[in-house]
Amino acid sequence: MPLKETLNNAHSHWMDGSGPEADIVISSRVRVARNLAQLPFPHLLSPQQAGQVIDAVRAAADSAAVREKAGELTVIRMNELTPVDRQILVEKHLISPDLLEDFERKAVVLREDEVLSVMINEEDHLRLQCLLPGLQLNEAWQLVNALDDGLEATLDYAFDEKLGYLTACPTNVGTGMRASVMLHLPGLVLVNQIRGVLAAISKLGLTVRGLYGEGTEAAGNLFQISNQITLGQAEEDIVAGLISVTRQLLGQERAAREALSRERKEQLADRVGRAYGVLKHACIMSSEEAMRLLSDLRLGINLEMIKNIPASLITELIVLTRPAFLVHAAGRELSPVERDVYRAKLIRRKIAAAQQC
Amino acid sequence: MMECERCHQRPAVIFLTEITNGQKRTMRLCEQCAREIQAESFGFLPQIDLHNFLAGLLHNEFNPPASGPAEPPAAGARCEACGLTEAQFARQGLLGCGECYKYFGERLEPVFRRIHGTTCHAGKVPERTGGRVKVVNRIERLKLEMKEAINREEFERAAQLRDSIRELEKELQQEDQAHASERNSE
Repeated sequence: MPLKETLNNAHSHWMDGSGPEADIVISSRVRVARNLAQLPFPHLLSPQQAGQVIDAVRAAADSAAVREKAGELTVIRMNELTPVDRQILVEKHLISPDLLEDFERKAVVLREDEVLSVMINEEDHLRLQCLLPGLQLNEAWQLVNALDDGLEATLDYAFDEKLGYLTACPTNVGTGMRASVMLHLPGLVLVNQIRGVLAAISKLGLTVRGLYGEGTEAAGNLFQISNQITLGQAEEDIVAGLISVTRQLLGQERAAREALSRERKEQLADRVGRAYGVLKHACIMSSEEAMRLLSDLRLGINLEMIKNIPASLITELIVLTRPAFLVHAAGRELSPVERDVYRAKLIRRKIAAAQQC
Repeated sequence: MMECERCHQRPAVIFLTEITNGQKRTMRLCEQCAREIQAESFGFLPQIDLHNFLAGLLHNEFNPPASGPAEPPAAGARCEACGLTEAQFARQGLLGCGECYKYFGERLEPVFRRIHGTTCHAGKVPERTGGRVKVVNRIERLKLEMKEAINREEFERAAQLRDSIRELEKELQQEDQAHASERNSE
Protein backbone atom coordinates (compact mmCIF):
# COMPACT_ATOMS: atom_id res chain seq x y z
CA MET A 1 0.00 0.00 0.00
CA PRO A 2 1.73 3.15 -1.14
CA LEU A 3 -0.02 5.40 1.39
CA LYS A 4 1.53 3.72 4.43
CA GLU A 5 4.93 4.21 2.89
CA THR A 6 4.19 7.87 2.24
CA LEU A 7 3.51 8.42 5.89
CA ASN A 8 6.36 6.33 7.22
CA ASN A 9 8.93 7.79 4.91
CA ALA A 10 9.96 11.41 5.30
CA HIS A 11 11.59 11.19 1.95
CA SER A 12 9.78 12.30 -1.16
CA HIS A 13 11.16 12.43 -4.68
CA TRP A 14 11.18 16.25 -4.58
CA MET A 15 13.71 16.20 -1.72
CA ASP A 16 16.29 13.98 -3.32
CA GLY A 17 18.61 16.81 -4.30
CA SER A 18 18.65 15.83 -7.96
CA GLY A 19 17.60 18.03 -10.87
CA PRO A 20 19.32 21.08 -12.36
CA GLU A 21 20.58 23.89 -10.09
CA ALA A 22 19.85 21.78 -7.02
CA ASP A 23 22.38 23.73 -4.91
CA ILE A 24 19.91 26.64 -4.80
CA VAL A 25 16.60 25.48 -6.24
CA ILE A 26 15.19 22.93 -3.83
CA SER A 27 12.02 22.19 -5.73
CA SER A 28 9.73 23.26 -8.56
CA ARG A 29 5.98 23.06 -8.34
CA VAL A 30 3.11 23.60 -10.75
CA ARG A 31 -0.48 23.66 -9.53
CA VAL A 32 -3.61 24.14 -11.65
CA ALA A 33 -7.18 24.71 -10.48
CA ARG A 34 -10.09 22.97 -12.22
CA ASN A 35 -13.82 22.84 -11.48
CA LEU A 36 -16.61 20.57 -12.63
CA ALA A 37 -19.19 22.30 -14.80
CA GLN A 38 -22.39 21.00 -13.20
CA LEU A 39 -21.80 21.69 -9.50
CA PRO A 40 -21.35 24.77 -7.28
CA PHE A 41 -17.81 25.52 -6.12
CA PRO A 42 -16.66 23.68 -2.96
CA HIS A 43 -17.61 26.32 -0.38
CA LEU A 44 -21.27 26.03 -1.47
CA LEU A 45 -21.41 22.23 -1.82
CA SER A 46 -23.71 20.13 0.36
CA PRO A 47 -21.96 17.15 1.97
CA GLN A 48 -23.72 14.95 -0.58
CA GLN A 49 -22.49 16.99 -3.54
CA ALA A 50 -18.98 17.02 -2.07
CA GLY A 51 -19.17 13.23 -2.14
CA GLN A 52 -20.28 13.38 -5.78
CA VAL A 53 -17.18 15.39 -6.70
CA ILE A 54 -14.93 12.88 -4.94
CA ASP A 55 -16.68 9.94 -6.68
CA ALA A 56 -16.40 11.61 -10.09
CA VAL A 57 -12.68 12.26 -9.64
CA ARG A 58 -12.19 8.73 -8.31
CA ALA A 59 -13.79 7.29 -11.45
CA ALA A 60 -11.72 9.57 -13.69
CA ALA A 61 -8.50 8.70 -11.84
CA ASP A 62 -9.23 5.00 -12.44
CA SER A 63 -9.88 5.52 -16.15
CA ALA A 64 -7.62 4.15 -18.87
CA ALA A 65 -6.90 7.71 -20.10
CA VAL A 66 -5.41 8.76 -16.75
CA ARG A 67 -3.49 5.50 -16.25
CA GLU A 68 -1.94 5.89 -19.66
CA LYS A 69 -1.02 9.57 -19.28
CA ALA A 70 -0.17 9.83 -15.58
CA GLY A 71 0.19 6.34 -14.11
CA GLU A 72 -1.42 4.63 -11.14
CA LEU A 73 -3.17 6.96 -8.68
CA THR A 74 -4.71 6.35 -5.25
CA VAL A 75 -7.69 8.37 -3.97
CA ILE A 76 -7.87 8.84 -0.20
CA ARG A 77 -10.65 10.67 1.65
CA MET A 78 -9.22 12.92 4.34
CA ASN A 79 -11.45 11.34 7.02
CA GLU A 80 -9.74 7.98 6.43
CA LEU A 81 -6.54 9.46 7.88
CA THR A 82 -5.54 10.28 11.46
CA PRO A 83 -4.91 13.97 12.33
CA VAL A 84 -1.16 13.33 12.44
CA ASP A 85 -1.19 11.62 9.04
CA ARG A 86 -3.10 14.56 7.56
CA GLN A 87 -0.58 17.02 9.00
CA ILE A 88 2.27 14.94 7.53
CA LEU A 89 0.85 15.41 4.04
CA VAL A 90 0.99 19.17 4.66
CA GLU A 91 4.55 19.03 5.97
CA LYS A 92 5.62 17.15 2.85
CA HIS A 93 3.96 19.88 0.75
CA LEU A 94 1.65 17.36 -0.87
CA ILE A 95 -1.49 19.19 0.27
CA SER A 96 -2.20 22.70 1.56
CA PRO A 97 -3.29 23.44 5.15
CA ASP A 98 -6.72 24.43 3.76
CA LEU A 99 -7.42 20.78 3.00
CA LEU A 100 -7.44 20.10 6.77
CA GLU A 101 -10.41 22.38 7.43
CA ASP A 102 -13.78 20.72 7.03
CA PHE A 103 -11.85 17.62 6.03
CA GLU A 104 -14.88 15.28 5.95
CA ARG A 105 -15.71 16.60 2.49
CA LYS A 106 -12.21 16.54 1.10
CA ALA A 107 -9.87 14.02 -0.44
CA VAL A 108 -6.42 13.70 -1.96
CA VAL A 109 -5.18 11.77 -4.97
CA LEU A 110 -1.56 10.58 -4.83
CA ARG A 111 0.84 8.89 -7.17
CA GLU A 112 3.18 6.51 -5.40
CA ASP A 113 6.30 8.59 -6.01
CA GLU A 114 4.45 11.71 -4.73
CA VAL A 115 5.40 13.64 -7.84
CA LEU A 116 1.74 14.07 -8.78
CA SER A 117 -1.13 14.79 -6.42
CA VAL A 118 -4.64 16.23 -6.64
CA MET A 119 -6.51 17.98 -3.84
CA ILE A 120 -10.27 17.47 -4.07
CA ASN A 121 -12.72 20.10 -2.73
CA GLU A 122 -10.13 22.55 -1.50
CA GLU A 123 -11.00 26.04 -2.77
CA ASP A 124 -11.70 24.51 -6.20
CA HIS A 125 -13.04 21.04 -7.01
CA LEU A 126 -9.62 19.93 -8.24
CA ARG A 127 -6.15 21.28 -7.65
CA LEU A 128 -3.63 19.27 -9.65
CA GLN A 129 -0.04 19.45 -8.45
CA CYS A 130 3.35 18.31 -9.64
CA LEU A 131 6.38 18.66 -7.38
CA LEU A 132 9.90 17.95 -8.67
CA PRO A 133 13.40 18.48 -7.27
CA GLY A 134 15.62 21.25 -8.68
CA LEU A 135 14.67 23.69 -11.42
CA GLN A 136 12.23 21.62 -13.50
CA LEU A 137 9.24 23.88 -14.06
CA ASN A 138 8.78 22.88 -17.71
CA GLU A 139 8.84 19.21 -16.78
CA ALA A 140 6.40 19.82 -13.93
CA TRP A 141 4.00 21.66 -16.25
CA GLN A 142 4.17 18.84 -18.81
CA LEU A 143 3.31 16.24 -16.17
CA VAL A 144 0.40 18.29 -14.82
CA ASN A 145 -0.75 18.96 -18.36
CA ALA A 146 -0.80 15.23 -19.17
CA LEU A 147 -2.70 14.39 -15.96
CA ASP A 148 -5.14 17.21 -16.77
CA ASP A 149 -5.73 15.80 -20.28
CA GLY A 150 -6.32 12.36 -18.79
CA LEU A 151 -8.87 13.66 -16.27
CA GLU A 152 -10.60 15.86 -18.85
CA ALA A 153 -11.22 12.81 -21.03
CA THR A 154 -14.07 11.95 -18.64
CA LEU A 155 -14.70 15.08 -16.51
CA ASP A 156 -16.59 18.15 -17.80
CA TYR A 157 -14.67 21.22 -16.69
CA ALA A 158 -16.12 24.68 -16.09
CA PHE A 159 -14.48 26.55 -18.97
CA ASP A 160 -15.35 29.80 -20.71
CA GLU A 161 -14.13 30.70 -24.21
CA LYS A 162 -13.07 34.16 -23.14
CA LEU A 163 -12.08 33.72 -19.51
CA GLY A 164 -10.59 30.24 -19.63
CA TYR A 165 -10.84 27.85 -16.68
CA LEU A 166 -13.35 29.17 -14.14
CA THR A 167 -12.26 29.18 -10.51
CA ALA A 168 -13.89 29.99 -7.18
CA CYS A 169 -11.57 32.93 -6.63
CA PRO A 170 -11.42 35.33 -9.61
CA THR A 171 -7.69 35.84 -8.99
CA ASN A 172 -7.08 32.34 -10.40
CA VAL A 173 -9.29 32.50 -13.48
CA GLY A 174 -7.73 31.82 -16.90
CA THR A 175 -5.02 29.20 -16.71
CA GLY A 176 -5.80 28.52 -13.05
CA MET A 177 -2.06 27.99 -12.77
CA ARG A 178 0.30 28.75 -9.94
CA ALA A 179 3.92 27.86 -10.75
CA SER A 180 6.51 28.22 -8.00
CA VAL A 181 10.10 27.49 -7.06
CA MET A 182 11.48 26.97 -3.56
CA LEU A 183 14.87 28.64 -3.28
CA HIS A 184 17.59 28.51 -0.63
CA LEU A 185 19.18 31.97 -0.56
CA PRO A 186 21.53 32.16 2.44
CA GLY A 187 24.15 34.10 0.46
CA LEU A 188 21.86 37.00 -0.40
CA VAL A 189 20.58 37.09 3.17
CA LEU A 190 24.12 37.15 4.62
CA VAL A 191 25.34 39.96 2.36
CA ASN A 192 22.14 41.84 3.15
CA GLN A 193 20.95 42.15 -0.45
CA ILE A 194 17.82 40.06 -0.10
CA ARG A 195 15.39 42.91 0.53
CA GLY A 196 16.26 44.76 -2.63
CA VAL A 197 16.19 41.60 -4.71
CA LEU A 198 12.80 40.55 -3.41
CA ALA A 199 11.35 44.02 -3.86
CA ALA A 200 12.46 43.93 -7.50
CA ILE A 201 10.83 40.54 -8.03
CA SER A 202 7.50 41.68 -6.66
CA LYS A 203 7.44 44.38 -9.33
CA LEU A 204 7.48 41.68 -12.05
CA GLY A 205 4.05 40.24 -11.29
CA LEU A 206 5.57 37.58 -9.05
CA THR A 207 4.92 36.88 -5.38
CA VAL A 208 7.65 36.08 -2.86
CA ARG A 209 7.14 34.62 0.54
CA GLY A 210 9.27 33.04 3.20
CA LEU A 211 8.68 29.36 3.64
CA TYR A 212 7.64 28.23 7.13
CA GLY A 213 8.23 31.80 8.29
CA GLU A 214 5.83 34.46 9.40
CA GLY A 215 5.52 37.59 7.31
CA THR A 216 8.79 38.56 5.72
CA GLU A 217 10.97 36.48 8.05
CA ALA A 218 12.03 33.39 6.14
CA ALA A 219 13.01 30.55 8.44
CA GLY A 220 15.99 28.66 7.04
CA ASN A 221 16.47 31.28 4.30
CA LEU A 222 13.92 29.41 2.18
CA PHE A 223 11.86 31.52 -0.20
CA GLN A 224 9.02 30.62 -2.49
CA ILE A 225 8.50 32.60 -5.67
CA SER A 226 5.33 32.20 -7.71
CA ASN A 227 3.37 33.87 -10.50
CA GLN A 228 0.51 36.17 -9.57
CA ILE A 229 -1.08 36.60 -12.98
CA THR A 230 -3.21 33.76 -14.38
CA LEU A 231 -5.15 35.52 -17.15
CA GLY A 232 -3.82 36.60 -20.55
CA GLN A 233 -0.66 34.52 -20.55
CA ALA A 234 -0.23 30.97 -21.83
CA GLU A 235 1.01 28.39 -19.35
CA GLU A 236 4.31 28.04 -21.23
CA ASP A 237 4.86 31.82 -21.01
CA ILE A 238 4.17 31.89 -17.27
CA VAL A 239 6.67 29.06 -16.78
CA ALA A 240 9.27 30.68 -19.03
CA GLY A 241 8.94 34.00 -17.16
CA LEU A 242 9.43 32.35 -13.79
CA ILE A 243 12.42 30.36 -15.06
CA SER A 244 14.13 33.47 -16.35
CA VAL A 245 13.66 35.34 -13.06
CA THR A 246 14.90 32.28 -11.18
CA ARG A 247 18.03 32.12 -13.35
CA GLN A 248 18.70 35.78 -12.61
CA LEU A 249 18.37 35.06 -8.89
CA LEU A 250 20.67 32.05 -9.18
CA GLY A 251 23.34 34.29 -10.64
CA GLN A 252 22.99 36.80 -7.82
CA GLU A 253 22.98 34.14 -5.10
CA ARG A 254 26.10 32.50 -6.56
CA ALA A 255 27.86 35.87 -6.77
CA ALA A 256 26.99 36.53 -3.12
CA ARG A 257 28.30 33.11 -2.08
CA GLU A 258 31.50 33.69 -4.02
CA ALA A 259 32.02 37.10 -2.44
CA LEU A 260 31.46 35.61 1.00
CA SER A 261 33.98 32.79 0.48
CA ARG A 262 36.48 35.33 -0.84
CA GLU A 263 36.02 38.27 1.55
CA ARG A 264 34.67 36.60 4.67
CA LYS A 265 36.28 33.21 4.50
CA GLU A 266 36.94 32.72 8.24
CA GLN A 267 33.59 34.09 9.35
CA LEU A 268 31.81 31.80 6.91
CA ALA A 269 33.82 28.73 7.91
CA ASP A 270 33.17 29.59 11.56
CA ARG A 271 29.44 29.91 10.99
CA VAL A 272 29.20 26.63 9.08
CA GLY A 273 31.45 24.84 11.57
CA ARG A 274 29.40 26.03 14.54
CA ALA A 275 26.16 24.94 12.90
CA TYR A 276 27.68 21.54 12.15
CA GLY A 277 28.96 21.16 15.71
CA VAL A 278 25.68 22.09 17.34
CA LEU A 279 23.60 19.89 15.02
CA LYS A 280 25.95 16.98 15.70
CA HIS A 281 25.95 17.27 19.47
CA ALA A 282 22.99 19.28 20.79
CA CYS A 283 20.40 17.47 22.91
CA ILE A 284 17.54 20.01 22.84
CA MET A 285 16.66 21.92 19.70
CA SER A 286 13.72 24.12 18.80
CA SER A 287 12.34 24.10 15.28
CA GLU A 288 13.56 27.68 14.63
CA GLU A 289 17.11 26.83 15.72
CA ALA A 290 17.08 23.67 13.60
CA MET A 291 15.97 25.61 10.52
CA ARG A 292 18.67 28.24 11.01
CA LEU A 293 21.48 25.75 11.59
CA LEU A 294 20.39 23.42 8.79
CA SER A 295 20.46 26.40 6.44
CA ASP A 296 24.05 27.23 7.48
CA LEU A 297 25.10 23.61 7.13
CA ARG A 298 23.51 23.33 3.69
CA LEU A 299 25.46 26.39 2.55
CA GLY A 300 28.66 24.76 3.85
CA ILE A 301 27.88 21.57 1.93
CA ASN A 302 27.19 23.52 -1.29
CA LEU A 303 30.49 25.40 -0.91
CA GLU A 304 32.27 22.09 -0.30
CA MET A 305 33.40 23.09 3.17
CA ILE A 306 31.63 19.98 4.48
CA LYS A 307 32.08 16.97 2.28
CA ASN A 308 30.65 13.87 3.90
CA ILE A 309 26.99 14.87 4.08
CA PRO A 310 24.69 14.99 1.02
CA ALA A 311 22.65 18.20 0.62
CA SER A 312 19.53 16.07 0.14
CA LEU A 313 19.80 14.97 3.78
CA ILE A 314 19.34 18.58 4.88
CA THR A 315 16.12 18.95 2.86
CA GLU A 316 14.89 15.69 4.34
CA LEU A 317 15.76 16.86 7.87
CA ILE A 318 13.88 20.13 7.37
CA VAL A 319 10.71 18.12 6.72
CA LEU A 320 11.47 15.32 9.19
CA THR A 321 11.86 17.71 12.13
CA ARG A 322 8.46 19.41 11.66
CA PRO A 323 6.06 18.74 14.56
CA ALA A 324 3.74 16.13 12.97
CA PHE A 325 6.62 14.07 11.66
CA LEU A 326 8.22 14.00 15.10
CA VAL A 327 4.95 12.85 16.68
CA HIS A 328 4.61 10.20 14.00
CA ALA A 329 8.20 9.00 14.37
CA ALA A 330 7.86 8.87 18.15
CA GLY A 331 4.56 7.02 17.86
CA ARG A 332 2.86 9.15 20.56
CA GLU A 333 1.96 12.73 21.45
CA LEU A 334 4.97 14.81 22.55
CA SER A 335 5.10 17.85 24.82
CA PRO A 336 6.99 20.86 23.39
CA VAL A 337 10.06 20.05 25.45
CA GLU A 338 9.98 16.36 24.52
CA ARG A 339 9.63 17.42 20.91
CA ASP A 340 12.79 19.52 21.07
CA VAL A 341 14.66 16.63 22.66
CA TYR A 342 13.38 14.19 20.06
CA ARG A 343 14.24 16.60 17.22
CA ALA A 344 17.85 16.95 18.41
CA LYS A 345 18.17 13.17 18.75
CA LEU A 346 16.83 12.58 15.26
CA ILE A 347 19.23 15.08 13.72
CA ARG A 348 22.23 13.58 15.57
CA ARG A 349 21.27 10.09 14.45
CA LYS A 350 20.72 11.05 10.79
CA ILE A 351 23.99 12.96 10.53
CA ALA A 352 25.94 10.11 12.16
CA ALA A 353 24.35 7.60 9.76
CA ALA A 354 25.21 9.75 6.73
CA GLN A 355 28.85 9.97 7.80
CA GLN A 356 29.18 6.20 8.07
CA CYS A 357 28.30 5.56 4.45
CA MET B 1 5.92 27.50 37.25
CA MET B 2 4.52 30.46 35.36
CA GLU B 3 0.91 30.20 34.28
CA CYS B 4 -0.51 31.24 30.93
CA GLU B 5 -1.77 34.84 30.91
CA ARG B 6 -4.71 33.95 28.71
CA CYS B 7 -6.28 30.82 30.15
CA HIS B 8 -4.64 30.92 33.62
CA GLN B 9 -4.69 27.13 33.63
CA ARG B 10 -1.82 25.64 31.71
CA PRO B 11 1.88 26.44 32.20
CA ALA B 12 3.30 29.25 30.02
CA VAL B 13 5.90 27.90 27.64
CA ILE B 14 5.84 30.49 24.83
CA PHE B 15 6.71 34.17 24.98
CA LEU B 16 4.90 36.11 22.30
CA THR B 17 6.13 39.63 21.56
CA GLU B 18 3.88 41.98 19.65
CA ILE B 19 4.88 45.39 18.39
CA THR B 20 1.95 47.62 17.50
CA ASN B 21 2.55 51.28 16.62
CA GLY B 22 5.93 51.16 18.32
CA GLN B 23 4.44 49.72 21.54
CA LYS B 24 6.08 46.48 22.60
CA ARG B 25 4.07 43.97 24.54
CA THR B 26 5.11 40.50 25.66
CA MET B 27 2.67 37.76 26.59
CA ARG B 28 3.44 34.53 28.38
CA LEU B 29 1.28 31.81 26.92
CA CYS B 30 0.67 28.09 26.97
CA GLU B 31 1.03 26.25 23.69
CA GLN B 32 -2.68 25.97 22.98
CA CYS B 33 -3.41 29.67 23.57
CA ALA B 34 -0.40 30.66 21.50
CA ARG B 35 -1.67 28.54 18.67
CA GLU B 36 -5.13 30.08 18.89
CA ILE B 37 -3.69 33.58 18.85
CA GLN B 38 -1.47 32.63 15.96
CA ALA B 39 -4.42 31.28 14.00
CA GLU B 40 -6.14 34.63 14.53
CA SER B 41 -3.22 36.80 13.57
CA PHE B 42 -0.87 34.95 11.27
CA GLY B 43 -2.11 31.42 10.90
CA PHE B 44 -2.50 30.20 7.34
CA LEU B 45 -1.56 33.49 5.81
CA PRO B 46 -1.40 33.63 2.04
CA GLN B 47 -4.79 32.32 0.89
CA ILE B 48 -6.87 34.14 3.46
CA ASP B 49 -4.98 37.38 3.03
CA LEU B 50 -5.43 37.25 -0.70
CA HIS B 51 -9.16 36.77 -0.27
CA ASN B 52 -9.45 39.61 2.19
CA PHE B 53 -7.52 41.82 -0.12
CA LEU B 54 -9.61 40.81 -3.10
CA ALA B 55 -12.80 41.14 -1.12
CA GLY B 56 -11.71 44.71 -0.42
CA LEU B 57 -11.22 45.37 -4.11
CA LEU B 58 -14.59 43.88 -4.92
CA HIS B 59 -16.26 45.75 -2.11
CA ASN B 60 -15.12 49.03 -3.64
CA GLU B 61 -16.12 47.89 -7.08
CA PHE B 62 -19.55 46.77 -5.98
CA ASN B 63 -20.14 49.58 -3.49
CA PRO B 64 -18.88 52.81 -5.03
CA PRO B 65 -18.26 55.49 -2.40
CA ALA B 66 -21.53 57.26 -1.67
CA SER B 67 -21.40 60.54 -3.54
CA GLY B 68 -25.12 61.10 -4.01
CA PRO B 69 -28.15 59.37 -2.65
CA ALA B 70 -27.47 55.66 -2.24
CA GLU B 71 -28.88 53.66 -5.12
CA PRO B 72 -30.78 50.51 -4.30
CA PRO B 73 -28.95 47.38 -5.44
CA ALA B 74 -29.56 46.58 -9.11
CA ALA B 75 -32.15 43.96 -9.88
CA GLY B 76 -30.78 40.49 -10.59
CA ALA B 77 -27.83 40.98 -8.24
CA ARG B 78 -27.84 37.27 -7.62
CA CYS B 79 -26.63 34.26 -9.58
CA GLU B 80 -29.65 32.33 -10.78
CA ALA B 81 -27.76 29.05 -10.89
CA CYS B 82 -26.39 28.86 -7.33
CA GLY B 83 -28.13 31.76 -5.59
CA LEU B 84 -24.96 33.62 -4.59
CA THR B 85 -25.67 37.33 -4.01
CA GLU B 86 -23.39 40.25 -4.81
CA ALA B 87 -23.18 41.05 -1.12
CA GLN B 88 -22.01 37.51 -0.30
CA PHE B 89 -19.45 37.68 -3.06
CA ALA B 90 -18.15 41.08 -1.99
CA ARG B 91 -17.75 39.76 1.54
CA GLN B 92 -16.02 36.43 0.78
CA GLY B 93 -14.21 37.11 -2.46
CA LEU B 94 -15.34 33.70 -3.75
CA LEU B 95 -17.80 33.02 -6.55
CA GLY B 96 -20.40 30.29 -6.14
CA CYS B 97 -20.28 28.43 -9.45
CA GLY B 98 -19.21 28.70 -13.09
CA GLU B 99 -22.45 30.49 -14.01
CA CYS B 100 -21.62 33.32 -11.56
CA TYR B 101 -19.11 34.57 -14.10
CA LYS B 102 -22.04 35.26 -16.45
CA TYR B 103 -24.23 36.96 -13.86
CA PHE B 104 -21.49 39.11 -12.36
CA GLY B 105 -19.44 39.35 -15.55
CA GLU B 106 -19.62 43.07 -16.24
CA ARG B 107 -18.87 43.97 -12.66
CA LEU B 108 -15.91 41.61 -12.64
CA GLU B 109 -14.15 42.97 -15.72
CA PRO B 110 -12.53 45.97 -14.00
CA VAL B 111 -11.33 43.64 -11.26
CA PHE B 112 -9.73 41.30 -13.77
CA ARG B 113 -8.10 44.24 -15.48
CA ARG B 114 -6.69 45.44 -12.17
CA ILE B 115 -5.37 42.05 -11.11
CA HIS B 116 -4.27 40.57 -14.42
CA GLY B 117 -4.09 43.57 -16.76
CA THR B 118 -6.42 41.84 -19.25
CA THR B 119 -9.75 40.06 -19.54
CA CYS B 120 -8.88 37.38 -22.10
CA HIS B 121 -7.58 33.88 -21.53
CA ALA B 122 -4.62 32.95 -23.73
CA GLY B 123 -3.67 29.54 -22.39
CA LYS B 124 -4.72 25.93 -22.53
CA VAL B 125 -8.13 24.88 -23.85
CA PRO B 126 -9.72 21.55 -22.82
CA GLU B 127 -8.89 18.84 -25.34
CA ARG B 128 -12.30 17.17 -25.52
CA THR B 129 -14.73 20.06 -24.92
CA GLY B 130 -12.67 23.00 -26.14
CA GLY B 131 -13.18 22.25 -29.88
CA ARG B 132 -13.63 25.53 -31.72
CA VAL B 133 -11.77 27.77 -29.25
CA LYS B 134 -8.71 25.68 -29.74
CA VAL B 135 -8.61 26.36 -33.47
CA VAL B 136 -9.40 30.06 -33.02
CA ASN B 137 -6.56 30.43 -30.51
CA ARG B 138 -4.17 28.60 -32.79
CA ILE B 139 -5.04 30.96 -35.65
CA GLU B 140 -4.39 33.97 -33.38
CA ARG B 141 -0.98 32.60 -32.45
CA LEU B 142 -0.05 31.92 -36.07
CA LYS B 143 -1.11 35.43 -37.08
CA LEU B 144 1.17 36.87 -34.44
CA GLU B 145 4.03 34.70 -35.61
CA MET B 146 3.38 35.76 -39.22
CA LYS B 147 3.55 39.42 -38.26
CA GLU B 148 6.88 38.84 -36.52
CA ALA B 149 8.19 36.93 -39.54
CA ILE B 150 7.27 39.84 -41.83
CA ASN B 151 8.99 42.29 -39.48
CA ARG B 152 12.13 40.20 -39.69
CA GLU B 153 11.70 40.07 -43.47
CA GLU B 154 11.45 36.27 -43.45
CA PHE B 155 8.88 36.23 -46.23
CA GLU B 156 9.10 32.56 -47.08
CA ARG B 157 8.28 31.65 -43.47
CA ALA B 158 5.47 34.23 -43.47
CA ALA B 159 3.96 32.67 -46.58
CA GLN B 160 4.01 29.22 -44.96
CA LEU B 161 2.28 30.63 -41.90
CA ARG B 162 -0.34 32.37 -44.07
CA ASP B 163 -1.14 29.04 -45.75
CA SER B 164 -1.56 27.28 -42.41
CA ILE B 165 -3.85 30.08 -41.22
CA ARG B 166 -6.02 29.78 -44.35
CA GLU B 167 -6.29 26.04 -43.90
CA LEU B 168 -7.41 26.39 -40.29
CA GLU B 169 -9.91 29.11 -41.22
CA LYS B 170 -11.37 26.84 -43.86
CA GLU B 171 -11.69 24.08 -41.28
CA LEU B 172 -13.57 26.44 -38.97
CA GLN B 173 -15.94 27.51 -41.74
CA GLN B 174 -16.73 23.93 -42.68
CA GLU B 175 -17.40 23.11 -39.03
CA ASP B 176 -19.70 26.11 -38.70
CA GLN B 177 -21.61 25.10 -41.83
CA ALA B 178 -21.93 21.54 -40.57
CA HIS B 179 -23.30 22.86 -37.26
CA ALA B 180 -25.71 25.16 -39.07
CA SER B 181 -27.13 22.39 -41.25
CA GLU B 182 -27.41 20.16 -38.17
CA ARG B 183 -29.46 22.84 -36.46
CA ASN B 184 -31.62 23.31 -39.57
CA SER B 185 -32.36 19.62 -39.84
CA GLU B 186 -33.38 19.64 -36.16
